[in-house]
Amino acid sequence: MVQVQVQAPLSPAPSGAPVPAVTEPLWKIRWRLLVRGFRQNWEVFRESRIGLIGLGIILFFGLFGAAWPIMMHFVDPNIYNPITGFDPMSMPHPSPPSLRHWLGTDPIGRDILGQLMYSTHREFLIGVLAALITVVIGTLIGTVAGYYGGFTDTFFMRLADIMILFPFIPLLIVVGSFIRMGMFEFAWISGVLGGFGGITIVLKSQALSIKVRSYIDAAKVAGGSDFHIIRAHIIPNVMPLSFLYMMFNVTGTILGEATLSYFGILNIDMSWGMMIHTADSAGYLISFDQYWWLWLPAGLAITLFCAAFYMVGRGLDEVVNPRLRKR
Amino acid sequence: MGRYFASRLGQLILTLFIYITLVYFILQAMPGDITQALVFNPRIPQSARAALQHQLGLDAPLVVQYFHYVRNFFTGNLGVSFSHYPRPVWNILAERIPRTLLLFTTSTLLSFYVGYILGRVIAWRRGGFVDYGATVVGVTFWTAFYPLLALILIWLFASELHWLPLNQFISPTLWLDAPVTSNTIFHYMILSLAGAALLLALVYALVPRWVRRPSSRCWVTRGAWVVALAGLVSGWWASGYAALAWDIVSHMVLPVVTLTLISFAGNMLLMRDSMLETTREDYVLAARAKGLPDRVVRDRHAARTALLPVVTSFALSLGSVMGGGLVTETVFSWPGLGQILFDAAIQADYPLATGALAFTGIFVLVAHLVADVLYAWLDPRISVVSSESEAST
Repeated sequence: MVQVQVQAPLSPAPSGAPVPAVTEPLWKIRWRLLVRGFRQNWEVFRESRIGLIGLGIILFFGLFGAAWPIMMHFVDPNIYNPITGFDPMSMPHPSPPSLRHWLGTDPIGRDILGQLMYSTHREFLIGVLAALITVVIGTLIGTVAGYYGGFTDTFFMRLADIMILFPFIPLLIVVGSFIRMGMFEFAWISGVLGGFGGITIVLKSQALSIKVRSYIDAAKVAGGSDFHIIRAHIIPNVMPLSFLYMMFNVTGTILGEATLSYFGILNIDMSWGMMIHTADSAGYLISFDQYWWLWLPAGLAITLFCAAFYMVGRGLDEVVNPRLRKR
Repeated sequence: MGRYFASRLGQLILTLFIYITLVYFILQAMPGDITQALVFNPRIPQSARAALQHQLGLDAPLVVQYFHYVRNFFTGNLGVSFSHYPRPVWNILAERIPRTLLLFTTSTLLSFYVGYILGRVIAWRRGGFVDYGATVVGVTFWTAFYPLLALILIWLFASELHWLPLNQFISPTLWLDAPVTSNTIFHYMILSLAGAALLLALVYALVPRWVRRPSSRCWVTRGAWVVALAGLVSGWWASGYAALAWDIVSHMVLPVVTLTLISFAGNMLLMRDSMLETTREDYVLAARAKGLPDRVVRDRHAARTALLPVVTSFALSLGSVMGGGLVTETVFSWPGLGQILFDAAIQADYPLATGALAFTGIFVLVAHLVADVLYAWLDPRISVVSSESEAST
């Protein structure tokens, strides 16, 4: 994973001719190296079928979510709005799938497909936002703890030990039932709580293994400050691992959001968990086979979405973790 | 080993203290207090509310309240529940904890065992159909939306096929004229299970010392399993309460299966990765070169070493397993710790919520300690280091 920075073959000079001075601007060279490193990693990633499947599913959901605003231009918003819509033409509700409503309607007459598409971009938003917060906090703490060691290290590692053991879902249920917790509150609370947890331990050990490389010594000798070394040398090298953990975090956040929505604890207008909550609280989940369109699309979407990020994480694991590579 | 255990216990108490502090301040940060419920009652004047606040100690500075709370907590006084009014919180928790304990232990052991067995098989056949199939199925369950998965299982096995009872802990009609309470039966069940487990543990600990030949060891352990199971069944049969005990067991099957389904994949995938590393080791090659059967190399040589990282991560995942347990208990109406925590949170029952949350944490901490000690016992390198340091000091 570190080949991006370490292997830096300069532009091939034709043999015999005098070596020309580097005339290209630095950013161009960096860009080319980045592209090359990306391509190499892509070659490894492509070998894992699981990762490719996951990436395909994520792309599908991306298109699915992006299609919602476009679709709303072609249909009547009074009927197809995922939150306030109502269709007086296809009574009684919930009505089974038909040409008007491809996936049927929910107990209060809203289009299921519209809800599904509307929720997609919000799930992306929650998952990626929380995972991003977790990864940023985790990377900063991990690298700083690994680089400085000593008290900083001990403090954050013991904190992580406690955070790992924290039963988050029970805690979030208690917090969510006492205060109003919306989509963004949930995202940042779970992001911050996750950021101090296990991810810091993993990234710290990675930072430790990079700290002892000779180019860090070279940077120190050249007069680089601590901040510069962490920013320019350590963080780029733990980045692939952070990215991997981000994928796993998205899975955890989405599942947590869906669970809390299902219990009706999140103050959120529409999400996949909320769709199941609506069906459940109206009493339609007793007969699963009869009202399948109320739970199957949303449940399948949650499972597929989470599985996709998890599978991409597994695929990346084979790239990032050299011990797992096939020889 | 003793010193290691003592130091872990010390850490546990410190962690517990920090955890309880966190729980206290998180709940304290929630808006309003108990007396807020009385604000809308016109018959209660403001002075009465202030008097109540004074009586409950809510007007004291936060630090003083915190010290009261810590003192009460460590002397076993958790207050009185609002929603189950005159019952003390401790009383409710003491009834609930064994149920969660049994559910949690059974499903955790089962998912660990299933993950271990499947993981070593799919690692051995990396890239094959079994590998992809098991990974996809495992990831699907691992990321499945588990309230829904639980509901589907209830619908399929209880409502459609009628193989298992619906929700709850017992079938009330069966217990109407039973001479004993369900709690009594349940406690005896836990005791008998613990006895059987102790017998098995003793046999497993003593067999390597007493029995030399590996093949006869295998027979002795199998015999111990048969004796333990037969003892359980015949003991309950002889007591005459077998039908009642079976009722509780049959109510437990579905929650345990659900919890196992959602959590085995984590262990399985980790076991796979860990196996892939160990199969490259020289000693595995040596075992193969000796001409040992494939199965022996896999189970006796590679899988033993590969197990260690799985145990570590297992100890670290206990917190999230507990979260899954809460959801499972709530969906299945299994009256355990998780369900009471959920109910207390919904009904704004502060003392019960605090107590349940604190004991959820204690539960995870103790489970973590057990896993750690088990790990030290499994991995000879850890105990060797500690005994060396003991010898040097």
